[in-house]
Amino acid sequence: MRRLRALEPLAWVGPAVVLIALVVLWPVIEMIRSSFLKISRFGVVQGGNGFANYEKLFGEKDFADIMVRSVIWVVAVVALTVLISLALAQLFNQNFPLRKAARWALIAPWAASVLMTAIIFKWMLDPEVGVINQIRLKLGLIDAMGGASADQLGDASTAMPWLVFVAVFVSVPFTTYALLAGLATIPADVYEAAKMDGATRFRTYWSITLPLLRPALTVAALINVMNVFNSFPIIWAMTHGQPGYSTATSTILMFILKGSNIGESAAMSVVNFGMVIILTAIFLKVSRWNKEVA
Amino acid sequence: MAIKTLPSQATRPRHHVRPARRRSMPKLKTVLVAAAAYVVAFVFLFPYVVMLLTSLRSQESLREVSFWPKEWVWSNLANFWAGGLAGNLWVTLKVAGGSTVLVLLVALPAAYYSARHNFRGRTAFLILVLITQMFQPTAMLVGIYREFFQFGLVDSIWSLILVNGGFNLAFAVWILNAYFASIPRELEEAAFIDGNGRFGALFRITLPLALPGVITALIFTFIAAWNEFVVALTLTTTPENQPLTVALNSFIGQYQVDWQNLFAGSVIATIPVIILFALIERKVVGGLTAGSIK
Repeated sequence: MRRLRALEPLAWVGPAVVLIALVVLWPVIEMIRSSFLKISRFGVVQGGNGFANYEKLFGEKDFADIMVRSVIWVVAVVALTVLISLALAQLFNQNFPLRKAARWALIAPWAASVLMTAIIFKWMLDPEVGVINQIRLKLGLIDAMGGASADQLGDASTAMPWLVFVAVFVSVPFTTYALLAGLATIPADVYEAAKMDGATRFRTYWSITLPLLRPALTVAALINVMNVFNSFPIIWAMTHGQPGYSTATSTILMFILKGSNIGESAAMSVVNFGMVIILTAIFLKVSRWNKEVA
Repeated sequence: MAIKTLPSQATRPRHHVRPARRRSMPKLKTVLVAAAAYVVAFVFLFPYVVMLLTSLRSQESLREVSFWPKEWVWSNLANFWAGGLAGNLWVTLKVAGGSTVLVLLVALPAAYYSARHNFRGRTAFLILVLITQMFQPTAMLVGIYREFFQFGLVDSIWSLILVNGGFNLAFAVWILNAYFASIPRELEEAAFIDGNGRFGALFRITLPLALPGVITALIFTFIAAWNEFVVALTLTTTPENQPLTVALNSFIGQYQVDWQNLFAGSVIATIPVIILFALIERKVVGGLTAGSIK
């Protein structure tokens, strides 16, 4: 009987642990293992490969560029997302008619599949008939529909900003909602006190709102770092990482390699995985450092 | 308005000059804030309006430069059901439904037990759940592919159900755990003493009280699985077995993209999700951020 008692937690919690182990932990181990194996295109393991997969990966002509671009991608998207969301949270925290309806509009990019949003933007950027080019034509930014200047996704220098734009577009709603939830936790009397002390509005925001918003901000930014680093559908749907590898991030390279060399792709995954852990650690450190200074 | 503001003036005679200015100022401020908020709302809805409008265009008018469709082809939305994409929508429905049932069966007992009982390994379990919430399938795609390749489950709906269930389990356990923990144990014990039995008390008292949390977890899992793209792109090979996201994406590679059909599919896939999401938005923010703050 006593032994049965001891097994009780296993019956309740066991299935969840098994599912996590099967779907989340096993792939991590399998990924690391595969990165040291020589695997044929059809998935047949042809023996160990030592560090050859990693050597081949680091030897790729575009590898360094892609890694630098991945970091810039994460930093740019998350920084812009946080800045815009701080402003929008402040805006949507005011009282105005139909506030609820206006807030609901923000749900669309959050709930809709990121892939579909990316596909819509690709269509809106169509060089010949896209609505964004129609607007640019009206504003006099381009001379005519079609042609090289209208093909924003065909050139890396214009494609990358658009990819960042779409990534920010789909990240802002969650971040804004998280910050709105954070703002709601700040008691009103704190602001009353600041007013009594004669603090300016900027001063109030800087010394009261921002510090009190930090927990919400930290978590929202951290979730964004994870999402953006792993963001695949936007780039895949809009440019496939092309022209060449000029808009590819490490996630895109990992996926492209999967079709030709699974071992090398696994090596890329492991590097990616390490990067995510490092990015998270740096981020947490920086935000704690801020806290100590403030 | 005037009547409302007068008493407060009377109570604060010191600011005798300012209230007159204040009375008109908030109005202008409200107008500006509302205008800005409506513009933001419009920007975030705009791509989805374009999606809807494009889905109603005729094939011939796709390459014409105009914002509004010249003729409204409502039959595009009906044709979706006759075309091959209806089969892919069915796959999506099965994957999303299956993952949701799986999460319910696995997360509910685990969350309940870990909220009510202090057993050995409880902390370890909750930490494991928190760590998985940080993991994303994209980062370990190669591992997932290798694992299910070995199981012989590539191109099977079961692998998609398992992966989607596994990666959404963490959120469900976390939010359900918080709900169960907030329900007083005494309520359940009273029902138990009244002769309901342990499971009777659980089903008659605790579960109904936790229903908002259960619904949130279910809708969240359903939407996440419904929108999932990368894993399905990796694990499905035959067109009939692909969920809608993958099928829609394969439109893009074609020489001539039938945007109106593509967007008809997107509209049908997106609008229910946005409505469902609007129902649980508030609790999702809490669930995503609460776990990490503590």
